[in-house]
Amino acid sequence: MSPALGKDLLGLESLSADDIRLILDTAEPFKEISERAIKKVPVLRGKTIVNLFFEPSTRTRISFEFAEKRLSADTVNVASPGSSVLKGETLVDTARNLEAMRIDMVVIRHGSSGAAKFLADRIQSNVINAGDGKHEHPTQGLLDLLTIRDRRPIEGAKVCVVGDVLHSRVARSNIWGLLKLGARVAVCGPRSLLPLGIGELGVRVFRRIEEAIEWADVLNVLRLQLERMQAGYVPSLREYYRVFGVTLERLARAPRELLILHPGPMNRGVEIDSRVADGPHSVILDQVTNGVAVRMAALYLLAGGRPELAEAAKGGGDR
Amino acid sequence: MIRGGRVIDPAAERDAIADLLIMDGSVAAVGPSLGTPDGAEVLDATGLVVAPGFVDLHVHLREPGREDVETIATGARAAVAGGFTSVCAMPNTDPVTDNQAAVGFIVSQAQRAGAARVYPIAAVSLGQQGERLAEFGELVSAGAVAVSDDGRPVATAHLMRTALEYAMTFGIPVIDHCEESTLSAGGAMHEGLTATRLGLKGIPRAAEDVIVARDIALAELTGGHLHLAHISTAGAARMIREAKARGVQVTAEVTPHHLALTDACCEEYNTNAKMNPPLRERGDVDAVRAALADGTIDCIATDHAPHHYDAKEAEFDDAPFGVIGLETALGVVVSELVDTGQLSLPELVRRLSTRPAEVAHLPGGTLVPGAPADVVVFDPAAAWVVDPSAFFSKSRNTPFAGRALRGRVRWTLVGGAVVHRAGDARRGA
Repeated sequence: MSPALGKDLLGLESLSADDIRLILDTAEPFKEISERAIKKVPVLRGKTIVNLFFEPSTRTRISFEFAEKRLSADTVNVASPGSSVLKGETLVDTARNLEAMRIDMVVIRHGSSGAAKFLADRIQSNVINAGDGKHEHPTQGLLDLLTIRDRRPIEGAKVCVVGDVLHSRVARSNIWGLLKLGARVAVCGPRSLLPLGIGELGVRVFRRIEEAIEWADVLNVLRLQLERMQAGYVPSLREYYRVFGVTLERLARAPRELLILHPGPMNRGVEIDSRVADGPHSVILDQVTNGVAVRMAALYLLAGGRPELAEAAKGGGDR
Repeated sequence: MIRGGRVIDPAAERDAIADLLIMDGSVAAVGPSLGTPDGAEVLDATGLVVAPGFVDLHVHLREPGREDVETIATGARAAVAGGFTSVCAMPNTDPVTDNQAAVGFIVSQAQRAGAARVYPIAAVSLGQQGERLAEFGELVSAGAVAVSDDGRPVATAHLMRTALEYAMTFGIPVIDHCEESTLSAGGAMHEGLTATRLGLKGIPRAAEDVIVARDIALAELTGGHLHLAHISTAGAARMIREAKARGVQVTAEVTPHHLALTDACCEEYNTNAKMNPPLRERGDVDAVRAALADGTIDCIATDHAPHHYDAKEAEFDDAPFGVIGLETALGVVVSELVDTGQLSLPELVRRLSTRPAEVAHLPGGTLVPGAPADVVVFDPAAAWVVDPSAFFSKSRNTPFAGRALRGRVRWTLVGGAVVHRAGDARRGA
């Protein structure tokens, strides 16, 4: 257990600004490992990690798996088809079984808000939340912060989260992380997809995307889940693109150049114009690269790694 | 003979130190310095309150169907431990209490239990499916005292109208679980800032208010007796106040947890703070307290809803709604409302005994000579800490575990027999 971060990484709401900076700073030296010909250091050699994914996920699971493997951990993936959940086993029983196998860490993705904490409260292993329901997705929030920080200071930056904030764990982790690091934060989307009381968290609310673009330095554009239409939150994808789509034409009228983030996977032509996604202001692929570094940093710190030794650790020496 | 207690009987406008003489299961006399007949048992109630036994219009006893979490016998025993001498059992059991035989089963199980009196509430619609009215006439003749589709709302405005009208023949209230299902669908807690932070789908106040408004309009149309269960919002309290001022036949209840707690209790995904309607915000708590104090809300009912610990030991979204309340109600209400000066002890007795008995036309609720000797003797100053493992209920799902409370039952009498004494331990405990 690391005194630096505690046992688990469950969300950014409960972290201090210093905790968040620590993870971002620790990620910096890890970035370089992924650029090497041999992308592997022995930092987590002998540690066993279970990636427990109760929801389908490709990029987050792969990103964690690369981070783990590049740190030399032994990993097991448990994905929801074929997992015991479908056989009716409760999360309590899953937790007890994992505990009995003496693993070191669990990375959990789950459809219910609070599931990561539920697991963390019941096992001694470190738990990293890889997304719990509509609650938080802390490593995504961290990689977004790192990506913004690569380009400009976060303090004072005006960042607008655009789209389905109501159902988004990415939005919540972004809001907490950005506010703690001194950014000014706004949300923009159809009122039916913004949660009640969101303004009380200290964020501005824009009704129109044009107003958000005029105000912001950074847009973090959320994926619009197609099932939101079926549930009647928005009438159609076409209408959504027309009213809320981040298009080249809208960005052209911005008073300053915007940085464009998207947590992926994108619906091109729904929430974002392909010309924007592929354009010069998009840092969407940088986010993916940074995702691996941030997850390496989180794994390293939770495993008890000392932040000041991260640079030395990646050189291959003993910790 | 209960000697020297502060006898509070709002129905008789009595609040004085007096003796209470019980003979043959009924109150024989009330007054200062009564003589004790030879051989009579004497309970010394000096410094204690003597009141008509509490009446709970809203409990779930889970039998038949879920005898693993509560039975009529354990529920009735938990009731008297909390000072309740009568409880009304909701019909959402498995199978549903929607026929004469099912009502008769509850009556006979309660008689065998020999603790609190248990009055069945029957379903409004067959199987609580919201389609065809149940046979109120047969249900009432078998012992039902009210009808309700509790657990869900009466499905359509038309069915509610018909139920209110048809119930008038039998003089019974229609008890209404106010929840507009399309607004509450998928919700796990009150819709507000806490739900937003926790990433849980909210149940807006409007889900309750829409049905309260609908059914007040239908009570006004029909002249039927509408009883609104577990009121949780400021808006509902306001509408009930206005309806009563217009003379609409509407009564209402509120639970101890909605009087005491807010949605902040759901922090940390505490599934023992998950119930329906959900815990609301401070403004709602203040509003339902004010409504209880001014009589807009007639009574306190527990909505005692036992669940197995396995079911509550789950992700918040997956955990069932409901908390138990029979054994904590008095302590919570004394600590939160009486000790804070918001409710006097006579008003507490009115809300826990007098009014609920009147609303459902039950015997009891008063200690005038001739009334059944259903009596609670409690110490409003007794301090205790809630320990769920000591409950008589089979279940432990309370949001008040570990809480320090004041106000505890000393004796409970049903029909003149002492059925609970402080210090009694659960069998097997």
